[in-house]
Amino acid sequence: MSALRFALRAFWRDLRAGQLTVLIAALAIAVAAQCTVGFFTSRLARAMDQQSGELLAADLKLEAGRPLDPDDRYAGEARRRGISVARTLGFTSMVYARGQGQLASLRGVTAAYPLRGRVRLATEPFGPAHEVGTAPAVGEAWVDGRLLATLGLRVGDSVEIGVAHLRVGAVLDYRPDQGSGFADLSPTVLVGYDDLLATGLIQPGSRATWAELYAGDPGRVASFGAWLKATHDAGSRLVEAGEASAQLGSALSRSQRFLSLASLATIVLAAISVAITARRYATRHRDSAALLRCLGCSRRRVLALSALELSFAALLACGLGASLGFGAQALLAALVGQLLAGPLPPPTLTPVALAAATTALMMFGFALAPLLELKDTPPARVLSRNLEPARLRYGLPYVLALGALVAILFLLIGDTRLVSYAAGGLAAAGLVFFAAGLALVRVAALLRGSAGVAWRYGIANLARRRLASAMQIVAFGLGLTVLLLLLVVRRDLLGEWHRSLPANAPNHFLINIQPAEVAGVVSFFTAHGVASPVLYPWVRARLTDVNGTPVERLKLTGDRARGFAEREQNLSWSATLPADNRLVSGTWWGEQPSSEPSVSVASEYSEDLGIRPGDRMGFDVAGERIVATVANVRKVRWDSFRPNFFLLFRPGVLDAAAGTYMTSVYLSQAQRPALAEFVRRYPTVSVFDVDAILNQVRRVIDRAALGVESVSLFTILAGIVVLLAMVEASQDERRYESATLRTLGARRALVVGSVAVEFVSLGALAGLLAAATAELAHYSLSVRLFGLPYGADPWLWLLGPVAGAVLVGGAGMLAARRVVNSPPALVLRAG
Amino acid sequence: MPLSQASTGVGPDSLPGPVLQATALCKEVSSPEGRLTILDDVSFAVDGGASVAIVGPSGAGKSTLLSLLAGLDVPTSGTVRLCGVDLSTEDEDGRASVRARHVGFVFQSFHLLPSLTAIEQVMLPLELAGDGAARARAAAVLGEVGLAARLRHYPRQLSGGEQQRVAIARAFVTRPQVLFADEPTGNLDTATGALVADLLFGLNAAAGTTLVLVTHQAELAARCGQRLNLAGGRLVGP
Repeated sequence: MSALRFALRAFWRDLRAGQLTVLIAALAIAVAAQCTVGFFTSRLARAMDQQSGELLAADLKLEAGRPLDPDDRYAGEARRRGISVARTLGFTSMVYARGQGQLASLRGVTAAYPLRGRVRLATEPFGPAHEVGTAPAVGEAWVDGRLLATLGLRVGDSVEIGVAHLRVGAVLDYRPDQGSGFADLSPTVLVGYDDLLATGLIQPGSRATWAELYAGDPGRVASFGAWLKATHDAGSRLVEAGEASAQLGSALSRSQRFLSLASLATIVLAAISVAITARRYATRHRDSAALLRCLGCSRRRVLALSALELSFAALLACGLGASLGFGAQALLAALVGQLLAGPLPPPTLTPVALAAATTALMMFGFALAPLLELKDTPPARVLSRNLEPARLRYGLPYVLALGALVAILFLLIGDTRLVSYAAGGLAAAGLVFFAAGLALVRVAALLRGSAGVAWRYGIANLARRRLASAMQIVAFGLGLTVLLLLLVVRRDLLGEWHRSLPANAPNHFLINIQPAEVAGVVSFFTAHGVASPVLYPWVRARLTDVNGTPVERLKLTGDRARGFAEREQNLSWSATLPADNRLVSGTWWGEQPSSEPSVSVASEYSEDLGIRPGDRMGFDVAGERIVATVANVRKVRWDSFRPNFFLLFRPGVLDAAAGTYMTSVYLSQAQRPALAEFVRRYPTVSVFDVDAILNQVRRVIDRAALGVESVSLFTILAGIVVLLAMVEASQDERRYESATLRTLGARRALVVGSVAVEFVSLGALAGLLAAATAELAHYSLSVRLFGLPYGADPWLWLLGPVAGAVLVGGAGMLAARRVVNSPPALVLRAG
Repeated sequence: MPLSQASTGVGPDSLPGPVLQATALCKEVSSPEGRLTILDDVSFAVDGGASVAIVGPSGAGKSTLLSLLAGLDVPTSGTVRLCGVDLSTEDEDGRASVRARHVGFVFQSFHLLPSLTAIEQVMLPLELAGDGAARARAAAVLGEVGLAARLRHYPRQLSGGEQQRVAIARAFVTRPQVLFADEPTGNLDTATGALVADLLFGLNAAAGTTLVLVTHQAELAARCGQRLNLAGGRLVGP
């Protein structure tokens, strides 16, 4: 009979006899958790991509400062690939009505616009809005409420743009790609693409932006994007979804990193389960292996039979787990779907392949070592049961386990930095746990005489199996570390999001406030019950040189760097470091104004232009040259929705050049109508409404938070599986001891009590070590990976030991209860 | 001691020449008190078809001797020749192969695999040897030991005597040249033990198998043609 058939029969027999149930359950739940996370996060990530696509009104945008794609080459290729295309044209010009003129941002769009997201219209300025799925009809203009208020117009009136007369069809409340930066400051007028061309305002050399928008199936868009990247001409710029918003970008990348961390945690816990259950399988099969060898089986064959048998178990677990995972994610998606604007994209099958590969690696790394030992079971064990296989040398089991873990991490995460942190951290934590575990067990052993019999027997058990106890501390400790870490990082992340976007985050920016209007603006808002706003001076300037090198000669890579160097920049000044800024290098100046020109630059600016403290930057401020020394570099939290500047000067340098002021305020729905009066009173002040964007960001963050919550749930599930595996494993160990003790007259309570003492101590020791490790890892992850502020967490030190004692102790007690419930005679006779 | 009480009880059906030969066997192990000698210069030979009882008090080295004879363990010095093969020249897997071809075992604690039914237990050695008719042969042997009605029972559903009969069927199904039995009736009551012993000696006689058994029980030892008396790791007089 071939080994394969033999192993299949052995598998079937063991399966029937319930010997593989726990291993299969452990693997299946691990695969299920991983598939659920995989299916769900891939769907969620793609939904998030689409959501961020909304900020672009497309998945991909190609834009240029001159007519784009005149021969329909890109659009034709996109349509050929089944991708939707829309065109936009934008420029700034005057809009006239009733003999009054006002500067506006004109935007012409083709009928398919927007490809992602919806335009919202209202019937009166700052009134309630509704979504529409179409572009403006021919001859119709959708006009920003500010402009209508300024010009005193209503829906149905006519506006004059160039040579064209257009009817005001609706009040434009929101368009998906209105952006959250300050590029589009003027109020928007949205018209048909051809209507805008017909205004006659576009002449050769006009300053306008032509753009082509693309959206469709993610795979197709990705391949089209690659094609476009390679073929688009040098004068055009390709923008991908995700680049569209700094605010969303940081929330998304943090949540994706967290999901990676959570899936990593699930894998580590699953690996611990596999290690425990595979060792238990090997232990339980020692007698069989000895018998097989006694009956003439070679060692290779014993290994092949057990490896094949476990492979069948793994295959079955994979199938079960994947189906379970698919079901669970569908359920989760249905729950999440109710909160989402659109349907989630369908799941991909990649997670199943990944889960299968991970399972194979887990089996190889964590189950092979016990099987290698199993094959060396001395055949003489059939005569003397105390003969056990020799342990593998050279720490082979740990090398295999760590190797497999690193391979799994690379497979799943692919982020070298995250993997090296995790693998290095886990290996170091494992070693420290082992050493500290040994030491703690030794200390605990000194206390064995200090309490009753249960205590003494429990602690004696810990001390007797010193190495095994230390290894258990490693396993529980790592598991608890992962869970604790996930708990605190998750809390930090969610807390940070809620802090960054509180309910009263500023939702309106006011720009172009003249110095003479500052007092009036402040009193206007305080009179309307709005907290007194902080006004920032605002100066437009152009960078001319860095350390004497003209910007034209600077070596710049990337569009952002070129933008910093070539476009007009917004400068401001401040005596104090803004609350949502953090100093990265250099020092902050004192509060005293100084004529010594110093400038503080944002970290993006410093990275892109290679600027460091001590460098000298030259600016052209309204024709006047100012040279300032870089005093420091700041990390700016762009997602705070407060005015922030790439370049901040020391007070006293630019005061004379101060053109205007800006501020941000929070207006509730009830306070919004006051804006109409404000715009009439201060017609030159530009009011910029970010409420819609704020809500959009909040929605994405809510999704990300839900993803984070649900993924954490699965990690906890994986933790429970570890405990189940442990219950089973420890049950085997304890059956004979318990039976012997009870035969000698020990009461059930004593047996349960001694096991409780042993496991509660083990859990508390592991929890204490886990708290220390989690605190360290928390610091490193917060600061380095998530860019979140770190605060030591005293709760962790309480939660670790208590959770360890309760969880591990509880699992041990559960095992003990089952053990004491089986009659001792039966146990002893079963031999 | 040179060849002690050797080949005195060779039965009428026995094959010519010794099928099992131990020469100057020594076994030492490390212990907290230093080197401990379990077996010291044990030599004897057993002819084909003979029945041999290894007897002696607890700790005399009976089980250790059995494991050396069956190639389950290796001696510190000395040699074992089993069915014409010098076990000291074979590695672990070579010795396993000798066992697969020539040896059967019966143990005090039966050593049945809890996940296998009676017939599967008996099929196991045949399957390992690649026998295509394993099921039919196993069923036949189980019939011979009186368990035709218990083929699909798991060990936990069988009495001690029945479990040992399954173990005997498993040992005999490959028609081994040598059968090693370690306290085969040690876990059974007197009546069941006697039944099992009858079966063992009956099959031994019918198949011409050489029977080597370790026992504490005088009656069982008395039924053997040859006795090896161990005390303190050495062979002593009867």
